[in-house]
Amino acid sequence: MGKNVKFLQGNEACVEAALYAGLDFYAGYPITPSTEIAEHLAYRLPQIGGKFLQMEDEIASICAIIGASLTGRKVMTATSGPGFSLMQEALGYAVMAEIPCVIVDVQRGGPSTGIPTHVSQGDVNQARWGTHGDHAIIALTASNHQDVFAITVEAFNLSETYRTPVILLFDEVVAHMRERLVMPEPGEVQLVERLRTSVKEGVDYHPYLPREDGRLPMSDFGGVHRYNVTGLVHDMWGFPSTEPRVVHALLRHLVDKLENRTNELARFKEFFLEDAEIILISYGSSARSALHVVEERRQRGERLGLLELQTLWPFPRDVVRNRCAGTKAVVVVEMNMGQVMQSVKLAVEHPERVFLANRIDSVFITPADIINILRIIQGKGV
Amino acid sequence: MERCRLVFSGSGGQGVITAAIILAEAAVLCEGLNAVQSQSYGAEARGGATRSDVIIADTPIYYPKVLQPNVLVCLTQEAYNRFSAIIRPGGLLITDSRYVKIQRKVDALQRELPIYRTVMEQIGKPIVFNICMLGALIALTDVVKPTSIINVLKTRVPSDFLEMNQKALQLGMGLTGAARA
Repeated sequence: MGKNVKFLQGNEACVEAALYAGLDFYAGYPITPSTEIAEHLAYRLPQIGGKFLQMEDEIASICAIIGASLTGRKVMTATSGPGFSLMQEALGYAVMAEIPCVIVDVQRGGPSTGIPTHVSQGDVNQARWGTHGDHAIIALTASNHQDVFAITVEAFNLSETYRTPVILLFDEVVAHMRERLVMPEPGEVQLVERLRTSVKEGVDYHPYLPREDGRLPMSDFGGVHRYNVTGLVHDMWGFPSTEPRVVHALLRHLVDKLENRTNELARFKEFFLEDAEIILISYGSSARSALHVVEERRQRGERLGLLELQTLWPFPRDVVRNRCAGTKAVVVVEMNMGQVMQSVKLAVEHPERVFLANRIDSVFITPADIINILRIIQGKGV
Repeated sequence: MERCRLVFSGSGGQGVITAAIILAEAAVLCEGLNAVQSQSYGAEARGGATRSDVIIADTPIYYPKVLQPNVLVCLTQEAYNRFSAIIRPGGLLITDSRYVKIQRKVDALQRELPIYRTVMEQIGKPIVFNICMLGALIALTDVVKPTSIINVLKTRVPSDFLEMNQKALQLGMGLTGAARA
């Protein structure tokens, strides 16, 4: 038995990855189906000198991690739809003030308190537009525990690189099921550490003055520099400004720093796409059912492929457009009423060839559900 | 190996989910196989019909749930009533003879085993009911080796209780000889 092989829940894989990435501050309010993340971090973080705080609610939780991140910690919180709704205001604050943080939303049935113990993928657009105002965001997902690990480490790396909140959109099925995880050795996966300013003590530090490469070095809040942090539109000193030039530049910066890197940020997996006549597009746990169908149908000689998206926002439109060029049909497999399908339709050349195979009754989508849609598209009836 | 799809069902507190996790963990950590375990959440976890699905295979497992189990374990009448119809034709149905009265013929090998009675007579503590069931299951299916289960038990069970669990596993394995005859 290899010592790096574990058999655990997806939530635990997320915890292992967060600790691997250097998480040392977690604040949260437990909620099904994300609770195991809080449970395991409550046990693990104190062992390594990290801090675990159970807060009074999700608003306090995200505010606590934003504050801790400013002081130089690597931070995370985890919740589900109802808690994620409460976090939207402060999420916007983290976007505006450009504070690295990782927010896990383990999706369950919604809206409102919905169905706590059953699966859904209904928060995709909430991750994109849950907080108000023009902005860009990174949202990532994964379909198995090895990928949950990799994408969680990636979330921390991207949040530090681009000084942005990163949302991990997992779902109940992947979060609760148990399967193998092979833990990477320390150093095996590259980690991005906080870019700190080289400005010395006693010298003015401008928190929002970019370096030549466009990045904004940070200074641990409460350390040697005094500076202002605000959710208001601000200048390079971090003080509020209504100067149109400043307002325009800031909004462009917040959007462009991610949207201009859409291809760079695109994480995805391809299965049998080379000669595929019909492409399934899926993500998270739904991609497991989709891959089941693809592998089974390939054995019968049907030219079916799967594009599994791991970056949902910024939406990898070029990847989707390129991979789907020339296919007879594209079937988006998801557990909502077509949230990713909308983005796929905007991306592809022939939106009329995009179909939806979905399920919204709290039951995990089965291979048979997908096959039924394929039969209709192929004119075989049901 | 043939892909093995198992459903464990019973009532909350009988340890069916723990048994499912132990089996799947033994397959992954001790035998290098792939396994996926999932379970029903919610009110049924505290009484009512609880269920855990396990798939064991030497190939990748994508769809993680079990629609038609090759092996179905029912430890209460309610679980039997609810799940016995989903068994794959030619599969194996294991029930506990104290808790379940077989009501219809299904196209499967039916094993009514005195698991609870044996545990209470030989050990006297119902806490190892689930491990005894696991013993019967691995004896009937050979899905993992007994030593693999014992190795997992060593990491999960307090050392004072290990011997009792090992005995329960052996008792369960012994039950199937009589049932086979």
